[in-house]
Order: sequence, then C-alpha cells, then structure tokens
Amino acid sequence: MITFDIGADLFPLIACTLAAICCGLLGNFLVLRKQSLMGDAISHSVLPGLVLAFLVAAEINPSVMFAGAALAGLATVVLIEAVKKVGNVEPGAAMGVVFSIMFALGVLLIEQAAARNIDLDASCVLYGQPESLAWFSAPPSFGDLFAWRTIGEMPRQVMTLLAMTLLSVIFISVFFKELRIAAFDPALATSLGFSATLLHYALMIAVAGATVASFEAVGSILVIAMLVCPAASARLVSDRLLPQILWSVAFAIASGVVGYFAAIAVPAMFDRDAVSIAGSMTVVAGLLFAFTAVASPTQGVLARAFRQRKLARLVALEDLLATIYRRDEQGVGAAPAAQAEVSLQSHRLQSVLRLARKRSLVTGELGSLALTNDGRRVAERLVRKHRLWEDYLVRKAGVAPDHVHESAERLEHFAPAPSDGPEKDPHGKPIP
Amino acid sequence: MIGLSAHLGSFHSHGRTSITDVTDELPTFAEIFETLTFQAGFNTNMVVLGTTLLGLAAGVVGVFALLRKRSLVADAISHATLPGICIAFLAAVVLGHEGRSIPILLTGATLSGIAGVLCIHAIVRCTRLHEDAAIGIVLSVFFGAGVVLLTYIQKNASAGSAGLDHFITGQAATMVTQDAVVMVSIAGVCLLLVVLLFKEFSLVCFNESFARATGWSVSLLDLIMMALVILVTVAGLQAVGLILVVAMLILPPVSARFWTDRLWLLVLLSGLIGASSGYLGSSVSALLPRKPAGAVIVLAAGVLFVISMLGAPARGVLASLVRRLSLNMRIASEHLLEAAYEQEGRPIPGDQIRGLARLRAWPLWTLPLMKLTLNRKGYLASVTAEGWRLTPAGLARGAQVSRNHRLWEQYLVSYADIAPSHVDWSVDQVEHVLTPELVAELEHELRMRGIEVGAS
Amino acid sequence: MTATVHSKPRRRQGEVVIARPEHSKESPLSVHAMTVAYNKKPVLWDVDYDAPANQLIAIVGPNGAGKSTFIKACLGLVPSASGQVEFWGDVYKRARPRIGYVPQRESVDWDFPVSALDVVCMGRYRKIGWCRPVTRKHKRAAIECLDRVGMASLAKRQISQLSGGQQQRVFLARALAQESDLYFMDEPFAGVDAATERAIVDVLRDLRASGKTVIVVHHDLQTVPEYFDHVILLNMRVVASGEVADVFTQENLQRTYGGRLTLLSEASEAIAQAASGRR
Repeated sequence: MITFDIGADLFPLIACTLAAICCGLLGNFLVLRKQSLMGDAISHSVLPGLVLAFLVAAEINPSVMFAGAALAGLATVVLIEAVKKVGNVEPGAAMGVVFSIMFALGVLLIEQAAARNIDLDASCVLYGQPESLAWFSAPPSFGDLFAWRTIGEMPRQVMTLLAMTLLSVIFISVFFKELRIAAFDPALATSLGFSATLLHYALMIAVAGATVASFEAVGSILVIAMLVCPAASARLVSDRLLPQILWSVAFAIASGVVGYFAAIAVPAMFDRDAVSIAGSMTVVAGLLFAFTAVASPTQGVLARAFRQRKLARLVALEDLLATIYRRDEQGVGAAPAAQAEVSLQSHRLQSVLRLARKRSLVTGELGSLALTNDGRRVAERLVRKHRLWEDYLVRKAGVAPDHVHESAERLEHFAPAPSDGPEKDPHGKPIP
Repeated sequence: MIGLSAHLGSFHSHGRTSITDVTDELPTFAEIFETLTFQAGFNTNMVVLGTTLLGLAAGVVGVFALLRKRSLVADAISHATLPGICIAFLAAVVLGHEGRSIPILLTGATLSGIAGVLCIHAIVRCTRLHEDAAIGIVLSVFFGAGVVLLTYIQKNASAGSAGLDHFITGQAATMVTQDAVVMVSIAGVCLLLVVLLFKEFSLVCFNESFARATGWSVSLLDLIMMALVILVTVAGLQAVGLILVVAMLILPPVSARFWTDRLWLLVLLSGLIGASSGYLGSSVSALLPRKPAGAVIVLAAGVLFVISMLGAPARGVLASLVRRLSLNMRIASEHLLEAAYEQEGRPIPGDQIRGLARLRAWPLWTLPLMKLTLNRKGYLASVTAEGWRLTPAGLARGAQVSRNHRLWEQYLVSYADIAPSHVDWSVDQVEHVLTPELVAELEHELRMRGIEVGAS
Repeated sequence: MTATVHSKPRRRQGEVVIARPEHSKESPLSVHAMTVAYNKKPVLWDVDYDAPANQLIAIVGPNGAGKSTFIKACLGLVPSASGQVEFWGDVYKRARPRIGYVPQRESVDWDFPVSALDVVCMGRYRKIGWCRPVTRKHKRAAIECLDRVGMASLAKRQISQLSGGQQQRVFLARALAQESDLYFMDEPFAGVDAATERAIVDVLRDLRASGKTVIVVHHDLQTVPEYFDHVILLNMRVVASGEVADVFTQENLQRTYGGRLTLLSEASEAIAQAASGRR
C-alpha cells in the first residue's frame, strides 16, 4: 500500500521529520522543567507576530516573518513572566492570559489583512501544508539524489528546518551540563554562575525559533505535540538525561515517518482521500506515548504490575522456606500446618511450590515438605537475617521485643542484615 | 497553523464573518444604540444575549478553576472536544441523522472533553510525569486526532460538512434561538451550583487536606467543578471557538482578582467582567465588519484585564508601585530625621543629604518627593542655604526611629541564637515598620535578658 | 468548646461532654502496628500507641522522623500500608465529627481571597452540611473562637495581611470552631511570635481543662516539659512514650536524635528500591 514518490514525498517527509526532531529535542528540557505548556503558549502567540510582519512587509518575506514571529515569541515569554511576577498571578493562569490575548489579536489582524485584499490564504507559509513542498523536477531514482542539484533545489522551508535543527543540536550539546543543572536545580545553577534565568530565556528563544521554523511546514498543533510527546515518552523509558534525549529523537522520527505514511496510506486502504499529515503525526506521537506508558520496561504500568507480582512470589517463596526451616528447628515433625503458617491462598501456594520445586529448593508433597541442601542454605540465610534484624530493632532501635517480628518479617526480604549480632535473638532463639 | 488555516478557509468560503457586515463604513449612533439595547434584529439580539450569558457563566466558574490552579486543564478540555464533535458528526451521518445538529455535536464534545480530563488524571496518576506534560499531551493529541477526523470529513463526507471548522475559532453569527436557550440553561445551572456549593468549593480550593480531614469528598467536589468547566467550554465552542474559549474562563477571574480580596465579590466581579466582555465583544462584532466575535470578545476581556492589572486599587500594579514608593520615601525621610536627631537639631546641609542619598542608594530625583513627605507630616521647618531644618516634631520622630534602630540591633545581637528567621530582615527596613506593640515586645524581651533599654 | 450553646448540634456536643466518664475508659486514639510508606519507602515502622485522654501530648523527633506523617496517617490523609487506627474504640469515619485538625501553616496559599472569619467558619462547614449557607449564628460562633485566640478584632482582615503568628492563630481558631474532643495540630508553634506562642499555650490549657485531648507535633525541645503532660518520641518508630517526667530523659532523647539508626533508613531505602524493581 505504501508508495514512495520522490517528487511528492521526499521533501514533505524530511520537513515533517526535521520539525519533529527539532521540537522533540528542545521539549526534553521543557518537560523536565515542568514548562511543557510554554510550547503551547508560544506557538499560539506567534500568530500576531507573523501577521504583523506580513502586514509590514506587504508580501511574503520569510526573513521578516521569521523575525516577527520570533519577536512575538520572546514577547510572550517576557509578558508571561511579567504577569506572573508583577501581577502576582498563578503561572498557569498567566500563560493562559497572555497566549489567549495574543491569539485573539492574531485572528483579528488576519481579518484586517484580508480586508486589504492581501491574500494570506494563497501562501502555504502559514498553513503548514507539507504537501506543498512537492518537488516537481525530482529525479526518477534514489541514486540520482546524490547530486549537488538536490541541495540546490531543496525548498526554503526544509533549509530553515534543517538550520534550526542543527542549531538546536548545537545549543543542547554546548550547554548540556548547564541545561541539565538548570533543569534539576535552578537555584544551584544560579549560585554556580550559570544564570538560570538567562538559560530559561535562551531555551525559550530556541523554542520560539523551532516553532516558527516548523510553522511553515507543519503548523502549530504538531509543534505543541512534538514539544511534549516524544520527551514525555522518553522520560518513561530512561532515567538518565542523555539516553532520554536520544530516545526522544527516536520517538520524534518514528512519529514523523509513521505519521506521514499513515496519513496517506490508511485512508487509501478504504479508498478515501488523505487526511491531515500534521494531525496524523500527532496521533502517532500520542499512540507511542500511550504504548510507552503501558509497556515501558522500567516505568510502564505493565512492568510495574509484573514486578510487584514477581516480588510477592519471591517473598512468599522465602516465607515458605523459612517456615519449613523453623518447623525443622523446633523438631515438630512434618506438620501439615505449612499452608496456614505461610498464610497464602491455596492457588498462590501452588504456584510458589512449583517455583520452589523448579529451583530444587524443596522436595516432597504438601504436608511432608522437606528442604533440599540448597533450600536449607537459603532458608538459613533468611532466618539469620530475620533474627539479626529483631536483635537490631530491640537493642538499637528500642522497639519492644513482642513487636519486632512483623518489622523483621518485612526487612528480611529486602534489606541487608545488620553486620554483627549476638548468638541469640530477643526471643532466645539461636541466630544461625 | 491549523486553527488559522481553518479560519482563513472559512473566511474565503463565506466572505464575511460578522453579523451585520454589509459595508465597510462605521456604524451610525442609531445602529450602536440599537445593538447595545437589544433592538437590532432578532438574530443579533440572540447572539449578544447568548455571549453575555456565556461570559457570566464562564467568569463565575473560572474563579474556582483559577483558585484550584486548574486554569489550563480547561485549555486541554476545549481542545479535546474536537474529536468528539467530528465523531458525533460521523456517527449521526451513519445513523441517518442530520450531521450538523448542534445538540448531537455538543454531546460528542462533552463526552470527549470528559475523556480528556480522565486521560490527564490517568497520566498524572500512573506515570512519573507532571500535570503540565499531561495537559500538553492530551491537548495536542486530542486536537491532532480531531484535525485528522476533520480533514477526513471535509475531503470525504462531502454533504453537510461545512461549518464543523467553525468550532475551532468560533462563529457567533451562526447562533440561533435554540443556542441562546442552551446558553441560558447552562448559565443557570452553573450559577445555581456555584451558589449552592459556594462554601464547599471555597474550602476545597483553600485547604484540600482540611476538607478531606473534616469528611468532605474532595474528589466529588472536584468532579462537579470539572463538570462545570466542561459545560461552559462546550457552551462556548460555537460562539468563541475551542482555542479561545479558555480565555473566557481565565481572563475574567484573573482580572477580578486585582480588585478584591473577598471571595463572593471576586465571583461577582468575575461574572460581571465575563458578561460585559461577552456583551461588548459581540456588539462590536455585530457593528463592525470583519471582526470575528470570538476574538473581539477575548480582546474585550483582555482590555479589561490590562485595565485591572494596571489600575486596580487593591492589587493593581500602579497602586502597589505607589505604595512601595511611598514606603521608600517614608524610610528615606526617616533616615534623614535620624541623621538630624544625631546632629542635635542643626540643619542638615545639602551636601550631607546627597551623601546620605549615595550611601542609601536613593536616586537623587526622589529628594523633592522626600521634601514633600516631610513637609506633609509637619517635620520640615524650612529649607535654606544652610540646609534642611526640622521642626521639634520631626526631631522627636528622629529620636524614636533612632531608638528603634538600636533596640532592633540589640535584639539581633542578644537573640542571634533563637531569632534566625528574623536576621534576614534588614535592620534598615525593620526599624521603620515596627508597630508600637512590637516595640513594646522588643523592650520586654530585652529587659528579660537584663539589657537596659532606657525609657522611650 | 464550652462557650455559649446555640444550635442543635452544639447541644449534642454538650451531651458528649457529659457522657465523658463513660468514654474515658477508652483511649481517644489507639494506633496498632501502623506502617506508612511514601512511594513504597517506609517512613513509619510498626507504630503502636495509645493516647491517654484529657492530656496535652507532644510528638517530638528529628526532621524526617515521620511526625507529620503520623498525624496524617491517623486522619486518613495518607494511606497506611498496614495497621489499625481507632478513636474511642471506633473507626475513623464514625469518630470524625469529634476530631479537630490544624494543618501546617505552609500547606495552604495564604494569598487566597478569604478573611480570617471565613477561614474560621470553615471549621463549622461539616456541621452546616452540604449546600447550606453559613448563617449569622455560625459566624457568631466563629468570632467567639477568634476571640479565644485573641484575634476577634482582625476577623475581617484578609488572611494575607496577617502575620505568620496571626495566621497560625486563625488556624487554631478554626480547629476550635470544629468543637472536637480530640485535636491534631501539626507544628502550631513553628515560626510564631511570642504573643502567639502564649496565646496557643493558653488555648491548649483551656482545652485540657474542658476535657479535651490534644496531640501536637512539636519541634522545640526546651518547651516540652513546660507545655505538655505526655510525650511521644518518634524517629521512624516510637522510641518512647509516656509521661513527660518519665520519658523525656537525656537518654531517650539521645536515642531519638542520635544518628545510630542509619541502618533503619538504609533498610527503608532498600525496600523502596526492591518495590520499584531496581534491586
């Protein structure tokens, strides 16, 4: 189903993917600094800047419009800070105030531009229609792409995005440690001499730049999505910043490529016309996020539930071994009480027993269970830990002897044993 | 920019977006009067009435969203309505109904708004991400899905699909009587619930843990609050559009907050500001060509916001600037009084005043203001070539300030061990703000430590 | 609350006080084997405690010892991993009308648009019930509570215009307005001025005189013997509890504040790690 036509698809695809990468990179720091919505605010408020620049230049002049939009983006950041600090307004509300007024202004200005018979609509500069980047004199095969001509005929939008992506990469690699420390602890950063405020503004200028550069190709909603979704997904995959950034780039590329083809191919399967590419990329980014949230090996909902289960099974197994050990220690024959003492529901007990047999820790049937040598070693270690902890809790922590059992029960499974201890535990039992 | 492109698209397809847009000329006074007094034709009346009531409801509900620090959740909700609208349209068409039926579309919008809120909740609960990221994700992904569906509908389901994109930037002119009735009932429901649950909402917003500890169901109250936000958002979709409707929930309460410290007054004012921006915005939009109602309403609210932020006497920027300046003036002039007291009443020469100004980093332009302050309080006797001469009252005040200063220094020295939280108050500031009760307490504490403070 | 009785609920409250001897056999608060974990990391281990009735009780311990957590877990504000909490031998839900709470001052936004009186009235909201407005009667009762902490003259003041100590007294007045038999107070003495400290102590003694029990998280060791009858020394578990004279000893304090329990906090860390799968 998926067809790739160099002329129709190459540059739109590159533009979409570059926009996704550029925004995805910067988004990492927005998400970490809990300022994800700055992207939302900036991408709404560059509108009046774009239109004013258009009205001033009276034509589509990319550099003037870029400057207008960047100025509007910067003004947004400054205004939000001002409303927050001077007006004493809660941060979220301050953002809402500024971007909604700016956006309304933009909508009104467009109407005025239309009144002067200036046709904003004809240009795809504002629209973000990647389809318009089609390359009419494209070479027929991929081999012919490796020529200077390709670079020469690259649309301006793609060039801008390429430049902006490179700038973002450079910005992040040069200021990596400063950005990291400012995201983690702004006060520390400032005290170390990297002004957190300055970095904040630098980051915001970069976001405004990325927003404006992406506008021409893909439009605002994709910018907002790419500033948040890839970084948020990456945050659920990795605990460290550098891998997180790399993951976010991977997610961004995936959303870009898959989204692009899905927009065309999925409707085509049902004999329908293509849908919005930007929208489709956003949806893919959202699906990727949902998938990560559920299935991430470290942070995912499934992984955590699975770990909980595994842990509970391990604890139950250890409890079973310890129970048999204590029973043997007291010399109470093969008491059928093992089940009650471990206090497990029977189906859990069965699964724990299977696990114990598989690791050849126990032999025999329920009611006449016996420890193997391995099993005895494990159980001994556990009981030793338990009694050392009881001793520690009583002697050092001052807990009453009749209370320590429950605490020690928890500690024996997770915590390393206190290093030294006497021969006997508080209840007078020997410590193995 | 999808919102923009959709809007431009609508511009080109309709040619005009305001209600009475027939000429480019300015309206006559008669027209203005008619519009503002609900005599400008039935349709215009409905629009003006509907947006006024919408503003009222949004202003009232917005107060609690603001105080609960959930303003931007409303933004996510409004963006999240788009896929619901599109799905409702498609479903209606499939089932053989009229796709553009407003009640069906708004039901879809409500449902997907609710889904958006639930998603935000789930992301915050189940992952390590914070609310801002959750809002960003829901807002963009839902809206993106909406855009996908919208382009699908526009390109494929040709019949009757025109007008769905009006929900993005709003099209007040398409409102009919039925919509105004919907507005009236939504505003009524919002007002009723806010009046009934006023104390519950205020408790939850102020102190959630106390509300919980005294047995209120915080999650139920939050649910009702969010339901009201969704209701207002959905009601505003048609007139203001989903990108700007959040402004109706944020701008009025933030503006009103500058004017008052009383909650009931805040709610009242916010409703009033919301209603008047709805009224003014839709009237202007009706009177002038090419003024889309949604944007004008928001800009009207924006103007009220700027006026409030700058000019409100209670918490406005100008008022607090004046207050700060006058405090600085008082402190500066008291330093002067102190200096005069230490010179036993001799006039202070101009050189010394300038030196003092350098030392305390006062800008020199404040000197005339200082003279005025001292004069008004009757502390300044005369300004001659010799310098500034003070009245006996001025000298007495100087003595008092000087004593406060020494008391405070003494306190810091002798209580350095137990007053760490007060040490960062600069000595220069504190002596001027000490109330008589505090001075008495200082004296008491110092005497307790056996430090002689002397009579005041 | 012994001041003037106006409303029906108040009268019922009066009966409870009369019926006190019957209750006094039961401890107002008894905690059994309570373990509380934040993000899987245990911060309170296996706490057992029976509060004596009609006493002023201080909870004392170093930073991070779980003092506030103990109160919050008793009130069901943070879930406890295991253990039971009973009030007068009854579950929390049924005993709730008899329990008052003073949260930490930092827990709220003091720029909130309400007056001191409004905040105190919040203590009576539960008695007023869903959807009913605050009547003049309740406002009068609230003003009386403000009067008891010496703040009646500032009733109409917006809360951000109050000093830290005055804000704390407003919180105390709100708890008084709850007319409870057992009070939990989280750091009421933190960062207050001398006048407020005296006012709070007076109120605490009043409460004891009228048969109430007050449990206070306290950070100032010097004033414990002067202000309180009973003390709980807490550091992740109850180190000691009992009469101040018996328990508040140098040795016990050493055990509470001494750094010898590093192993216990390391163990907490290990449990958190294991539970999040990083073992």
